Parts: sequence; structure tokens; C-alpha cells
Amino acid sequence: MNKGVAVTGIGVISAIGNNTGENYRSLISGKHGISSPEILETIHKNLPVGEIKISNESLAEDLKLPKNHSFTRAALLGAFAVKEAVTQSSLKIDNETGFISGTSVGGMDTTETYFKDFTQGKTENSRYVRAQHPGFTTEKIAEHFGITGFVSTISTACSSGANAIMLGARMIKAGKLKRVIVGGTDCLTKFTLNGFNSLMILSDEQCKPFDENRNGLNLGEGAAYLVLEAEEELKGKPVLGIISGYGNANDAFHQTASSENGEGAFLAMQKALKIAGISSESIDYINTHGTATRNNDSAETEALKRIFSKNLPDVSSTKSFTGHTLAAAGALEAVYSLLSLQNEQVFPNLNFSYPMKTSGFMPVTKLKEKPINYVLSNSFGFGGNCTSLIFSKNGG
Amino acid sequence: MTNLHTELKESIIEQLNLEDMDPADISNDEPLFGDGLGLDSIDALELIVLLEKDYGIKLTDPSQGKEIFVSIDRMATYIEENRTK
Amino acid sequence: MEVKIYINGIGSISAQSGDLFSGDSARIYQENIFQAISPNYREFIKPMALRRMSKATKMGITSAKIALKEAETEVPDAIITGTGEGCKKDTEKFLENLLDQNEKLLTPTSFIQSTHNTIGGQIALNLSCKNYNVTYTQNSVSLETALLDAQMQFDEDPEIYSILVGGVDEISEKITSFRKLDGQLKSKSIKNLDLLKEDSTGTITSEGAHFFALSKEKKQNTYAEFQTLFIKNTIQPENINEEIEAFLKQNNLDSEVIDVVILGNNGDNRYDHYYKNLQQNLLKNTMQLTYKHLVGDFDTASGYAIYLAANILKSGKIPSVLKLNDIDSKTPKNILIYNQYLGRDHSLILLSAV
Repeated sequence: MNKGVAVTGIGVISAIGNNTGENYRSLISGKHGISSPEILETIHKNLPVGEIKISNESLAEDLKLPKNHSFTRAALLGAFAVKEAVTQSSLKIDNETGFISGTSVGGMDTTETYFKDFTQGKTENSRYVRAQHPGFTTEKIAEHFGITGFVSTISTACSSGANAIMLGARMIKAGKLKRVIVGGTDCLTKFTLNGFNSLMILSDEQCKPFDENRNGLNLGEGAAYLVLEAEEELKGKPVLGIISGYGNANDAFHQTASSENGEGAFLAMQKALKIAGISSESIDYINTHGTATRNNDSAETEALKRIFSKNLPDVSSTKSFTGHTLAAAGALEAVYSLLSLQNEQVFPNLNFSYPMKTSGFMPVTKLKEKPINYVLSNSFGFGGNCTSLIFSKNGG
Repeated sequence: MTNLHTELKESIIEQLNLEDMDPADISNDEPLFGDGLGLDSIDALELIVLLEKDYGIKLTDPSQGKEIFVSIDRMATYIEENRTK
Repeated sequence: MEVKIYINGIGSISAQSGDLFSGDSARIYQENIFQAISPNYREFIKPMALRRMSKATKMGITSAKIALKEAETEVPDAIITGTGEGCKKDTEKFLENLLDQNEKLLTPTSFIQSTHNTIGGQIALNLSCKNYNVTYTQNSVSLETALLDAQMQFDEDPEIYSILVGGVDEISEKITSFRKLDGQLKSKSIKNLDLLKEDSTGTITSEGAHFFALSKEKKQNTYAEFQTLFIKNTIQPENINEEIEAFLKQNNLDSEVIDVVILGNNGDNRYDHYYKNLQQNLLKNTMQLTYKHLVGDFDTASGYAIYLAANILKSGKIPSVLKLNDIDSKTPKNILIYNQYLGRDHSLILLSAV
């Protein structure tokens, strides 16, 4: 069996809480974070979102940033979550500490705010000119924590966070890094809300993953990061879980839609199981991608059936709590997977009433306690990017 | 062929970037999707916006498009029956 | 065990369409933002797919297919893409419509195409390649991170045989011109070939795509061996010599074995001292080349440097337009490429002759 890479710290901020404890309490009490947009300025107040009800000003104050800082909202959320992860792991940041962050639109919130000003040649907020680079948001966070070594950004749409975790784990295994902070961040923007709206895949009610009557996703925002460390560097530190498997494949079917049989998802899960060196029967819980669009949930179900045939383990989509946080989703759900392992609980899939006619697929709808040794987490994105991660207990 | 037919062909060519095509290249009964003109689900979403923008017809479910965007003939009939502008 | 990695195919699209190695002269530009020269994309992409693609995607797919064809690889075992700003034209288009139409009546095509992984995804779609696929977007080390990933893939998985790696960036009308507002571009238009004669802030910019077909197999027409690379986010200017020495030492090399260094000088007098410090110290006795006066500076411009290095190692020819000093190298064996942007995202790439 594969040794894997140790997780020594986690940090998360989402619509269901400002830290890991708050997120966990929401998950076990079935408290979702879906509401009308209040902080995001948009005409689409009818579209429910998973919004974090903390202003940029408060976040900046909490991080003790100077007044003329150039943090995007994604950077603010990211730094907030990294702080928790670093504190928990008592991480000493040095030259051999890397930072890998996934983000889909990075600093789009500031780009859309200042686009017209910049078009008119106004230089007042020119410190945000480079915010359109996803790497800009990543560097702000790295700078804040004094990370000067390996810093990188992955932007594979909704699988970015999961791919960042995968790269971090691989770099530790390859001996390229001793410690690395990995995860993802994305904030709500007019750009993404209107983009998904133009694709007609946003629901005007709370999203219903895997329900026969699901009618689209809720967009969310959030950030989550894990501290990964090489085993020889642990020196007795508490280990929260192990990253034991990862797989990445491309659906190569359509720019946005998933293939009917979920080929990319199937291949990603298959590779993750192979890296972990376990069979599909070992998986105790699957935190699905489960966006609640017609297309994703049926394709993902098909892929799950192909991997697990009749022995499907417990399955749920926590996007019914947080909304779809895009690049952060894979990282948020990694944290939830680790919480599931630690507490031996399967978190419920909210808003589920009727199984899909085609598959009869039943997610877990009430908090369930049971021994859990392996959790699989799926993240799929536009461009056919599919990534699966497997987490296990320390020594499991 | 009515003016609406030609108008539709022109806007489809423009909206969907069918650069090499001429309205005369699209026949009225030719299937727009699949084996005919070869449009796909992204084009369908573009056409939904075109219906709203040009003819004041608002579709809320993308699957409705499947019955309307069958051919230029079918689209023209639907527009005549439902247009608000 | 570390495997040897060879560059067996290259697709290069930039503002320099001519072949400097066959004696073509460099193209001259008088503006600070200039475009890449497009090949005939129709030879590579079907019209129905082509109709929606922005230049970044077209350049990416086309250069990828040129590289694969040269390496005689049909479907690579992984596709790894680097892009600083991704599909900027579509981002700009969707954003402008959104703002102008007050979030109403928006169509999805430009949104779909705006995601940074559009290019990598479209290459996968075009090749029906279901293998590993990732896109890195870390400013001027976007392509370098892709190369690092490729290097790790070869080491990790004995079944990996060939990997397609590339970097793409496009200019867009507005977002690119915003760089005038924060001093990234020179305030006065200059002639590109005079870039390094200027003593002023900012640089000139353009666009391009560079894809490389990497393989474990050395072939008759192999360009070069990809040795190793190094990425570091922040380096103090006074430490650059030590950093590079440490990198060489880590790879059991010293500065003497570097026959040619290709430097990313971009004419910005606030940051070119990183290069000058090296030119005057550690690498003062080494042949020094430069390239951003030809293709401009953009996040994945270092793809052009790799293209140059690979061609120099294969042909032994060194076009004089690249030369920064008078030192010569008769038959270069090892070429080091050093790049940074605005003092951040530093990278070193080492290629060797085969």
C-alpha cells in the first residue's frame, strides 16, 4: 500500500462558517449557507448563492492589512483560510515551504470593478491592473505569509483546488518540497454569476444534487487550504489525515458538458484508486462533485456505477450546503473529507426528495455515523478536467 | 421565403460566427443541429438569447429550444406565433 | 530514478514568423503592443470548431499540433499548459457585454471560452486525449511550472512516454493596454530592436504560443535534452548570483559548463539589474543572448527562449541578432535560460545538446 502524504493543518472559510469548527457544526446540523446575494452587487438578487457575509473591509481588518492593500476578495478569503491552516499545523514557513493555489477567476472581482475606470485611463486603482492574472491573487497570499520559494497557481476551472492538492502531494513525494500549503480560493463575482446564468445552469432555488427534479447549481464562494508535510519532517506532529491517492483525466468530450457515461470522471477515479493501491470496496464515503446540474449529476452517477458497480458506498454532495465554490470546491471538500474521516461521519446531501429515474441513485440524506477509513472526493471542471482525490486515516 | 426567414438566417450566421456561410446556404427545412448545419448545445443557448433580444420571446428552460430550433421554418413559425416585438 | 527527457518537436507562433536560423531577418515593430503572426489555422482546425476560438486557443492548438507532428506523436500521455492570463479576449468580451448591458441578455460563448484552461481543454478535445491535463497560471513561471510537472510525470510513472507541454498568451485590446496605467509598458512607443538601448521603465509586449513534444526517446531529429529547471517566487537582486550558483551546484554543475545563457532582459530599468548583475559577475565569461526585443515580454515569452535554445543546440547556429556580448561559443553543449518579471517569478531552465 502507498505511504501517502500527511496533512498537518486545515483551514476553511465558506458560507457555512469562518473556520473548520464552524463548517463542521453546520455539516452535522444540516445548516446550509444558501441565501440571496447581499455583498455581491448584482441585478440577479433572485439567484441564491453561497455567500460569505463578511465584507472585504472586515476581512482586511482581520488580516491587519494596510489601507491601500491590493488584495482581491479571493486573496482575502484565501489568506483567512491559510492563517487557520498554518496555525493549526504550527507551520514554520521557510525556503522549502511551497504554496500552490487553485483559482478559476482569481481577481475578477477587482477587474470587473475597475474595468471601466481603466478603460478611461484612470490610474487611481492601477495596483489592481494585474489582478486579471490568477497568479496575482496567489502571490498576494504568499507575500502575506512570507512564502518566497515555490509558488504556483492552477486554473482548471472547478477542479483547480483538487489539482493543487494533487500537485502538492506529488511534489512532496518527489522530494521537491518538504512542506507545502495547497488548496483553492474563489469569490463570487458578477462575471461568474452571469456566466453560469447565461449557460442556464443556475437554479433559482436551493440546489438539489442528485434529485430527479434538480434544476441547476447555486454559485458559492470560499477558500480552503491544507498543510502537507513530508513524513520525515513531521517530528511527532499530529496528523489529520493522509492523501493516499489522486487521479486526473480529461473527458475530451465537450467544452463544458460531461460525456454521458462520465468517461473523464471514471478515469480519474480509477487512477486515484491505483495510486492509493486500494480496490473500490475500500472506499467508505464519496464526497461527490454533485453540482446539481442535470448533466453533471447524471454523468457522475454513470461514472460511479462503472467504478463501484452494485457496491456503491455512501455518497453525498456538500454543495447543497456551500453552493459550488468553483476552484475552491475541491479544497473545501478535501477539508470535509478529512472531517468525515476524523469524526467517522457521513455528511448529508440536503434538498433530496426523488431519486433519478434513470439510476435510482440514493445519496445519504441524514448524518450517518460509521467507521470510515477511506474517502474519495471528486472535482470536475469545464474543459473536461476531472480530478479525484483519496484521503485516509493516519496509519489507515 | 419571407423576410423573417432571411432575417433569421442572417442573424444566425452573425451570432454563431458561421463566417463562411451565406443565407442562401441554409435551406428552410434543413436541420439546424446534428447532421444538418451542425450546431450544438452552446449554439442553442445563443439562439435562446437571440429570441429574447430580437423578438421578445423568453425561454426559461433550455430544453424548450430543442423543439423550436429544428429548422428555419420551425423557428419562423414559432416566432410569428409568440413574438412580442 | 530520473529519466532523460528529450525535446522532439516544437511549435512556435510569435511576432517573429521568419526562421532566424535560416538567415531570415528579424521583424521590426514600432508599437509597444504588437501581434503574433498567424499561420493558416484552417490547416489545423476544422471550421466548425474554429469559428468560436479566440487567438489564444487557435495559436495553442496549432502550435501543439505542429510540435506533435514533428515528434511523430499522435496522442501524448499528458497535456500540460501554462498561461499567464489565459483567454483574455473572451474574458474582455464577456466582461464588456456584462457591464454595457447591465447583466442582461448575455450569451455564454465568450464566458465558456474565457476560462484559463480553455486552451488545454481544446487541445484535448481536438486530439481526443483523455490523459492527464492541467493548466498553470503563475505569471511568468506558468510555462515553467508546466515543465516541472512534466518532469515529475516522467519520473513518477514508467508508463509515461510522451508529454505535450506549452505556453500560450494573447493580447486583447483593452486589458493588455491597461498595462500602460501601472508602468508595465513603456510610455513612449519604441522600435522593438532598440528595446535594450532604452533607459526607462516598462517594456513592450506581444503574444504567442510555444508547445514542446517531450519524450523519453531520443530520435534522429531530437532538438535537445531537457535537463532540469528551478522556480522561485522571490529573490533579492543582490542574491541572484548565489541562487544560480546554488542551482548549478545542486545539479552537480558549475558556471564553467554553461556555454550560453539566454536572458530575459526586457528593457525595464527597474528590474533588468537582475540580469545585469549576472552578466557582470557569475556569467561574465559566458556567451549571453537575449530575445524580448524580438517577441516582446509576456507571461509565456520564455517559450521563445526555449525554442531558441533548442534550435541553437540542434543546429549549432547562433543568430547574431540575439547577442548581448562579444563572447562566442563554437559548439554549445549547455544552455541556461533565466527569466523573471517585475522582480518576481524567477525561473532557470537548463537544456543540453544530444
